[in-house]
Amino acid sequence: MRERIEEIRGKAQAAADKPAAVGIDIDLAEFGEQPPAYDYREALHQISELDPEEMARTGVRVDAQERAGTFVQIDDTVVHASALEKGIEVMGTREALETYEWLWDYYWKAVPVDMDKYTATVELHPYDGYFIHALPGARIIYPLQACMYLRSPRYIQRLHNIIVVEEGAELHIITGCASEHEIESALHAGISEFYVKRNAKLTFTMVHNWHRNMYVRPRSGIFIEEGATFINNYICMEPVRYLQTYPTARLRGEGAVARFNSMMVAAPDSIMDVGSRVILEAPGTRAEVISRAVTRGGEIIARGQIVGEVPGIKAHLECHGLILDRGGRIYAIPELDGKDPDVDMSHEAAVGKIAQEEVEYLMARGLSEEEATAAIVRGFLNVKIEGLPPQLEREIQRLMEESESKAL
Amino acid sequence: MLEIEGLKVEVEGREILHGIDLKVDCGQTHVLFGMNGSGKTTLLMTIMGFPRYRVTAGSIRFRGQDLDGLSVDQRARLGIGMMFQRPPTVRGIQLEQMIRLIPGRETQDVQELAEKLNLSEFMRRDINYGFSGGEIKRSELLQLLVQDPNLVLLDEPESGVDMENMQVIGDFIRMLLQKDRRRTREHCGLIITHTGYILDYVEADLGHVICDGLLVCSGNPREMLEDIREHGFEECSRCVK
Repeated sequence: MRERIEEIRGKAQAAADKPAAVGIDIDLAEFGEQPPAYDYREALHQISELDPEEMARTGVRVDAQERAGTFVQIDDTVVHASALEKGIEVMGTREALETYEWLWDYYWKAVPVDMDKYTATVELHPYDGYFIHALPGARIIYPLQACMYLRSPRYIQRLHNIIVVEEGAELHIITGCASEHEIESALHAGISEFYVKRNAKLTFTMVHNWHRNMYVRPRSGIFIEEGATFINNYICMEPVRYLQTYPTARLRGEGAVARFNSMMVAAPDSIMDVGSRVILEAPGTRAEVISRAVTRGGEIIARGQIVGEVPGIKAHLECHGLILDRGGRIYAIPELDGKDPDVDMSHEAAVGKIAQEEVEYLMARGLSEEEATAAIVRGFLNVKIEGLPPQLEREIQRLMEESESKAL
Repeated sequence: MLEIEGLKVEVEGREILHGIDLKVDCGQTHVLFGMNGSGKTTLLMTIMGFPRYRVTAGSIRFRGQDLDGLSVDQRARLGIGMMFQRPPTVRGIQLEQMIRLIPGRETQDVQELAEKLNLSEFMRRDINYGFSGGEIKRSELLQLLVQDPNLVLLDEPESGVDMENMQVIGDFIRMLLQKDRRRTREHCGLIITHTGYILDYVEADLGHVICDGLLVCSGNPREMLEDIREHGFEECSRCVK
């Protein structure tokens, strides 16, 4: 164990100054402040630091109704962790690593610790995050909610989340990351490692609610085993200074499935560099990567990469972008990498403005130009996410509508 | 209800309508005949107010109000509605959502109307996405029934519709035009027809022939249709000359 920890530390130290593969390089020395510590709260309503409205917009219900459990972290401190359904465990990652020795086998396995300076900094400094564990065969009906809140200015929020969905289990997670209103410049470095075991299913819906001074660097890796399904929904419609993320999913067992849906709206001065990568390593695996990008003056780089390693895989990539205002930019970079003649991979990308013909069609039914435009943009962002239970579908729809009503 | 005087219209710098006069009274249904490219659709699109169709002379009055300067949605809210011949597909907006967006009458009977129009299974599909000719017409009719306009502009309601569907479409156009009422009828219609089949289902009061951007003659629509079937539009062109 000690050897492994030393090895991880060594790699992290070697990568402490390593810039990310894409995106501007951030000088981490600019963020030096220490956040305060927060007390642990037994009940959600005791968390007075968080605006309930802000929480609701990230999908977190203070009453925890129709939720399988809750996790709340403010800055570096876990302030609440509870599981309300059987078959599920929720706790801080550091506590989990102390409790379960076996968890070290999952620590920095799906995301390399030396990927770049943002992964390294999480290892080299105090951090926490959530460990969520669905036990074998557990069917968790309601979604589990998690909120990562950044409250202190001029510091780096470091997170390391580990999610393990055991064989045959089914779990839905809604996670919201948010920062205090008008926070001074701060950086969020969040590691998420997902392990979806044989025939298990995980739906992970993430809503980002940042502010215009925030730098955001999530790093995610997902291992999906035989017959397992991973569905990732990402919603980011608030301003952000500079967001760069490129989660990588590996389909490691026969028949595994991965779906990524990303819905983004970039305000002026926001830069969102968002990608999804799926590596299909086993026969009969399938992947779908869909992104919908809307700019109101900001810049969106919509990346997508599908790597077909073996015969008999099928994957599709789709990047669609709408430029609503001058000054906006959408740069779609779809990449297909086929390594066998018997792969079935495709992509489509389209960037442009709203079709005037569609706006006028709705206007002819009595909608004003603004109403027609908003309806069309909503429709554009509204990706039909297959395979969700109706309750979760409604919940995601509600989250989308709330984000849209503010962003548009 | 609708009064058009000396209407000249340009599309992309080219004059298409050269001075149209037309009056449709409350409760009446008029039919427009004419060759492809004669200006029939241009007339309807101009009444609806699409910016591509630029009025260079003349006027359009609806219920006594000059429509000059009013946007498409303002005209729709005044009570003008249009059945498009080839409406665009709008991805992400389902027919059901579109119905809810339309400012109009109470939509509680929409499900029943949708059922009668054989549209129930289309309500949760993106509007016009993969719809056949007949499905488009029925979806247009459902939207118009919710919108409930006083002036109904129908651009070739029979195009792409098989005989079986024609009866349904005819019935609903009659409903839209309040054909079951006589004295209290408040709706009027202007229908473009190429084949004239619609006249087998919907009675019209007056027919007009548009030829090269001019309204060249008016009369009994059935007689005019028979004439056109027999002699074609060439006779109309000769008539003008």
